[in-house]
Amino acid sequence: MVVKIQVNNLNCWFKNTQVIKSLFLSILEHEILGIIGPANSGKTTFLRCLNRLNDLNPHFKSKGEILKDGRNINTIKLETLRQEIGMVFAMPISLPMSIYDNITYGAKQHGIKNKKELSGIVEESLVKASLWDEVKGRLDQPALQLSGGQQQRLCIARTLAVQPEVILFDEPCSGLDPISTAKVEETMINLKDKYTIVLVTNNVKQAARVSSRIAFFLMGELVEIDTANDIFVKPSDRRTEDYITGRFG
Amino acid sequence: MKKIFTFIKDFLIERIIFLCGILAIIFVFLIFLFLLNQGISFFGAYSLWDFLGGKFWYPASDPPQFGILSLVIGSLFVTIQAALISIPLGVMTALFIAEIAPPVIKDILKSVVELLAAIPSVVIGFIGMITLVPLVRKLFNIPTGLSSFSGALMLAFMAMPTIVSISEDAIRSVPWSYKEGAIALGATRWQTMYRIILPASLPGIMGAVMLGMGRVIGETMAVMMITGNAAHIPSSVFDPVRTMTATIAAEMGETVKGSTHYHSLFAIGLVLFIITFIINFIADTFMRKTRR
Ligand SMILES: Nc1ncnc2c1ncn2[C@@H]1O[C@H](COP(=O)(O)OP(=O)(O)O)[C@@H](O)[C@H]1O
Ligand SMILES: [Mg+2]
Repeated sequence: MVVKIQVNNLNCWFKNTQVIKSLFLSILEHEILGIIGPANSGKTTFLRCLNRLNDLNPHFKSKGEILKDGRNINTIKLETLRQEIGMVFAMPISLPMSIYDNITYGAKQHGIKNKKELSGIVEESLVKASLWDEVKGRLDQPALQLSGGQQQRLCIARTLAVQPEVILFDEPCSGLDPISTAKVEETMINLKDKYTIVLVTNNVKQAARVSSRIAFFLMGELVEIDTANDIFVKPSDRRTEDYITGRFG
Repeated sequence: MKKIFTFIKDFLIERIIFLCGILAIIFVFLIFLFLLNQGISFFGAYSLWDFLGGKFWYPASDPPQFGILSLVIGSLFVTIQAALISIPLGVMTALFIAEIAPPVIKDILKSVVELLAAIPSVVIGFIGMITLVPLVRKLFNIPTGLSSFSGALMLAFMAMPTIVSISEDAIRSVPWSYKEGAIALGATRWQTMYRIILPASLPGIMGAVMLGMGRVIGETMAVMMITGNAAHIPSSVFDPVRTMTATIAAEMGETVKGSTHYHSLFAIGLVLFIITFIINFIADTFMRKTRR
């Protein structure tokens, strides 16, 4: 088991409110780490620490270290870090351009210009995101015409196109119907062999279906982290049990 | 009882608003009719083709010549130069205000831009005449600073507020999620601006540009004071030119009411009206696209 990302004593604040409290956590290579917990427990904030997206917010402060492959992420060039750690948001944000351009957009800005290479990337990413069969005949159409579920898989394809190592999913199915949700989940499971995945979800059952390990966050603290099986069968903390069995949250 | 009152109130307010809208349209239409009426009587005395295609504007010679080609070219020449200066500058300023500037500088810049929009054009023309014109003459070592180039500089300055403030609105209305999406893919700030924000706000920026150009082509006082007012087809940017608007403003006072010369000025007005109408129409089409 190789540790892909190591988080040591991470603390985060928005203005003066602490939203993540002394968090220690390892993310293993090629696992799907599910993060569950009620709203406002800091799940999104944690994800956005990993690709330093929080840094866009002037009120955000953090302490502690995050290591990727043993290297502090603050020493990695921002653009490189965000290329290596991709992110898929809750609301699918297709950019207002064609399906094709949505995918090549990121690749282009990382320096790939060759047309053939680009079309190769488009097909490969769409296949991996299980969207190829649905859109292959209309790559030049505006992405905003796709359904919500298709747009979300397009966002996954777009993230894959820049060749990341880690993919962060922030409640990727919260706006999707059950069938689209199933497709996205299947896609995530297929990606596990090649990528390290962190999945934040407010759907405990989804976490159970796709995750290898599950972390339970509550009010900015990591309460418990364990294999999916153990956390459901014998949670070691009372609060985890309450949450899973639906007593709160 | 109360219901009936509300009903009548709603009915009245709706009608009044409808009336205001209709009035605006009627006024524009009336202005057009008036111009058309006055202009048409000119074409009774002078051929339309000689008017549109003639190079010489000699209303006082015998027989008089009313060719507006040099005036149209003068207007377009100044407008194009002003566009080349003000569009890049204006759009970049808008980008700077919307995306780059720290809050304090942003506020200052925005009020300065608004202030600029409020300066009457005669004042800008006057300031240009005593500062810009000598400067251009010295800088480029030309016989007179009264040239289309000086006029264009001044006009660019006047179009900037429109271009900047409307472009800035368009740029700011690009959803934050687009930017975040691009940044999460590893885009730099500049790449995000260039590849996402600009294309997404392009329709609005085009609209801003068209409105700015509308102001430029219709501007009168400043160009009259600065461009040198020579009605001939310019061969360089440092040649004096005369625009359609300046011609109308300068000659309206000297003509005899009802004369051919008098009517010819209305005919110029008609041409100008049509040109601005087309520009506004294009601007409107672009703006409508943005809203979608
Ligand atoms: N941009 C922000 N500005 C201020 N506070 C924020 C911001 N984003 C999140 N928070 C606060 O941080 C806490 C954790 O939020 P978040 O990470 O979004 O939780 P979750 O994703 O688990 O719902 C919440 O109390 C929330 O109000
Ligand atoms: Mg969240």
